[in-house]
Amino acid sequence: MNRSTGGQHGEQPAGPRPETGDIDPDVGPDDRAAHPGSGSPIVLAAIAAGGVLGAEARYGLSLALPHSDQQFPWSTLVINLTGCLLIGVLMTVLLSMPSPHRLLRPFLGVGVLGGYTTYSGFAVDAQRLVLEHRPLVAVGYVALTVLACAGAVWLSGTLTATVLAGRGEGIDAVAHR
Amino acid sequence: MIVLLIALGAGLGAPARYLTDRAIQARRSSLFPWGTVLVNVLACLLLGVLVGARADDTATALVGTGFCGALSTYSAFGWETFRLSRPGTRWLAAGNVALSLVAGIGAAALGWWLATR
Repeated sequence: MNRSTGGQHGEQPAGPRPETGDIDPDVGPDDRAAHPGSGSPIVLAAIAAGGVLGAEARYGLSLALPHSDQQFPWSTLVINLTGCLLIGVLMTVLLSMPSPHRLLRPFLGVGVLGGYTTYSGFAVDAQRLVLEHRPLVAVGYVALTVLACAGAVWLSGTLTATVLAGRGEGIDAVAHR
Repeated sequence: MIVLLIALGAGLGAPARYLTDRAIQARRSSLFPWGTVLVNVLACLLLGVLVGARADDTATALVGTGFCGALSTYSAFGWETFRLSRPGTRWLAAGNVALSLVAGIGAAALGWWLATR
């Protein structure tokens, strides 16, 4: 999605950013101001199409890595972990672009990655483990998911920004940290 | 058939997440990602009900894997937490993780309890 302020985050001083700061991959406050039509049918269609692709990929992976209610839910962990790796790359690249296509973020970010990753599946996996009297596995699953996914976003976001900076692009994105 | 049901659910769930998030952000000019927290908690509640009600394969594919899976998002949660984890907003990042965990898992448990009582 177009965002004129997208590449400037790194220039901001540490501390709370202005209201125009982009913290949300789905839609930033500046999206509304600059693009009042971002809820347009074509944007919603791109999100729906991406969401379907992402959800089918998630379903496919759950078939490839099946688990019972008592077992560690590896498929959901792999899905959320890879989704977090990809969102770090995607958002860092998009933020480094002066004017990305307006459907790129709705389709790839909100749609594909949003539809692929799942928070409800994660929560219910943990709940099922508790119901199956595997509370320690549930706690380990929650802790591993939270830590690994946070590490994945940090790693992919930082590495992507470093690569872009090495190519002379997206230096602002690098300075995010 | 399952694939079509998932597509239908996800085709509704993903735009619903986007529209909900926009509606929340239009009302709250906050750095805290309330929109993502809300959609994730709602999806957890609904999926908890589905599991508690022992939903059949059709409902699980359409509402669970499709709609709830696409309504909720881990990638946005992860990215928003990352963006907040800098000096000055670090406590917002920690609060986002804590609230998402407690409210999300709590909502799933509440949904399950409501469906089984």
